[in-house]
Amino acid sequence: MIKFRLEERAKSPYWLIILSPFIAILVAIILAGFLIVLAGANPFQSYNQLVIGAFGSKNSVAETLARATPIILTGLAASIAFRAKFWNIGAEGQLYFGALATTLFGTGLVVLPSILMIPFLFIMGALAGGLLLLPLVLLKLYYKVDEVVTTLLLNFVVVLLVSYLLEGPWKDPMSLGWPQGKSVIGEGVLPQILSKTRLHLGFIISIFFAFSVWFILSKTVIGYRIKSVGLNAAAASHAGVPIFKTVLIVALLSGGMAGMAGVTETAGLKGYLTLDLSPGFGYAGIAVAMLANLNPIGVIFSGVFLASIYVGADAMSRAMNVPTYLADVIVALTVLCILLSLVFVHYKILFFGAKKND
Amino acid sequence: MIEFIEIIFTAGFWAATIRIACPLILATIGEVLCERAGVLNLGIEGIMSIGAMVGWMTVFLGADLYTGILAALAIGGIFGLLHAIFTVYLGASQHVTGIGITMLASSLGFFCFKLILPSSTTPPKIKPFQPIDIPFLSELPFLGPAFFQHTPFTYLAILAVIFAFWLMNSTPLGLSIKMAGENPMALEAQGIDVFLVRTIAVVLGSALMAVGGAYLTLSAFDAFYFGMINGRGWIAIALVIFASWKPERALLGALLFAGLDAYQVRAQQLAGAVIPYQFFLMLPFLLSIVAMVIAAKRTRYPKALLVPFRRGERH
Repeated sequence: MIKFRLEERAKSPYWLIILSPFIAILVAIILAGFLIVLAGANPFQSYNQLVIGAFGSKNSVAETLARATPIILTGLAASIAFRAKFWNIGAEGQLYFGALATTLFGTGLVVLPSILMIPFLFIMGALAGGLLLLPLVLLKLYYKVDEVVTTLLLNFVVVLLVSYLLEGPWKDPMSLGWPQGKSVIGEGVLPQILSKTRLHLGFIISIFFAFSVWFILSKTVIGYRIKSVGLNAAAASHAGVPIFKTVLIVALLSGGMAGMAGVTETAGLKGYLTLDLSPGFGYAGIAVAMLANLNPIGVIFSGVFLASIYVGADAMSRAMNVPTYLADVIVALTVLCILLSLVFVHYKILFFGAKKND
Repeated sequence: MIEFIEIIFTAGFWAATIRIACPLILATIGEVLCERAGVLNLGIEGIMSIGAMVGWMTVFLGADLYTGILAALAIGGIFGLLHAIFTVYLGASQHVTGIGITMLASSLGFFCFKLILPSSTTPPKIKPFQPIDIPFLSELPFLGPAFFQHTPFTYLAILAVIFAFWLMNSTPLGLSIKMAGENPMALEAQGIDVFLVRTIAVVLGSALMAVGGAYLTLSAFDAFYFGMINGRGWIAIALVIFASWKPERALLGALLFAGLDAYQVRAQQLAGAVIPYQFFLMLPFLLSIVAMVIAAKRTRYPKALLVPFRRGERH
């Protein structure tokens, strides 16, 4: 048997760090190409269709950027949390909680001029997302209850709660039997930023938050603490970093970002809450964050990339008869390839010969 | 009110408990195997999903039901091997690898399903395992219909669990697996390959998870549909923590959990439309969280869980 050992690099070459996500994407796309062949289509034509579908016209670019909006926000949610090794896999639920807050406050309960109404809805959405995570982070801090499982489980609870509200008390009577919430009032709707498309102000807002998170993580004491907790919580604690407070802040920031993704979808794209508001944006955020190496500015680009895969795959599916699930496969492969490339960035692989008695 | 108590004295309730418990037990024992060896397997949800799809599709395309189980076993093992290459040999993050495996396994399963059946709006059905009567025992009053009129898959699942118990508690491999999760350095000092032991545990565990998924499509129901695993994998992970990583407690936990689930379905029918059905559907997830909180105080993680083993490095 071939034996090998991983040896930690003293310093990873800069070009390797820069290049690694691109190599990971390339490998994922090549691997998915075999599935396209399996589907009986030409992979080059199919990928061509995908690129045209995502970037081929003003409308498709707008669609891609609109799709990127919530993914950037959930990607930021994962980036903040994973930096501190706080495994918040509950962005999906937090997104829906943000959407619930938007529906609660944005459909007539509160009426403010647009300039105040929109920030108000974002604050409420962020609070809702953070609030959902709060009991779970307290359970982790006080009782060491594993947050991976609790955040995952709560996603299902929240979706069922949304289902109940939309079929029951919050159902829009004007919706002709479809379970959907009341429309957000005009003052709360995020305005279009490109005429005759679905691209709305939420995209600019998500980029603003990417820069804000970058500032917090790399220029403030809080950001430094978050990083140190993630690298080595015990050492950070010895060095005087308040672990409890830091993890709490991480959770609130992370949940808040995911909650705001619910605001952009409810007040921006659709204008009302539906049960299929998010086709897995919360989980896509994990892929986006990994692809960006947890860098908030990188999240903008990886978010747009992932959105282009999703939007383009719809067009490709129609033209080439390849199931749209190919997009999800590409995203999953990208996550695994990026992990692989991270190993190569940080370690050298040394092979040595077979030993006897093995 | 008496009807709510009478539920637990019906054979149907106990039969349903076994039926609901089977996939959970298989998945939970599978996860115990992985985690006792030191590897968290968050791929469970996706592995169950692709196991359900592959098992069902094998039968739909003409093979017999037992071949369906074997196919699920194989696909679970393959994804387990993938997980092990990443987390054991390369030492990648177990959390992210697991999420990646779940995303890949479920999306690949959906992709293949759509490829073979492009335009099926209603999921096509197969003839699943039928209940068999165990001679004599099935004729017992109450006990017969409750425990001895199940499908062969159910009895196979029980055999698999007995096998897993025997493996963990009475074989050198079982001991090695437990050591790999507690003190891998000591295992390596004995000349045993830690990587190999962990890989075997993850492959076997993942195969069990996939069979748990296949139970849904080959025995409990007769069709495959998207999202049919519906969090069962995550619930299994909560049960592992609840059981403090002990297989026998995991078995009890899964049965208790299934019992509560079977009970709520029947109570829901009695309660009629008083309480919206969504709240009943939330119960399993909320109960899992509660179970984790209850277990939190006495929880003792395998010491080397989440710690990648690197040859020639000291911890």
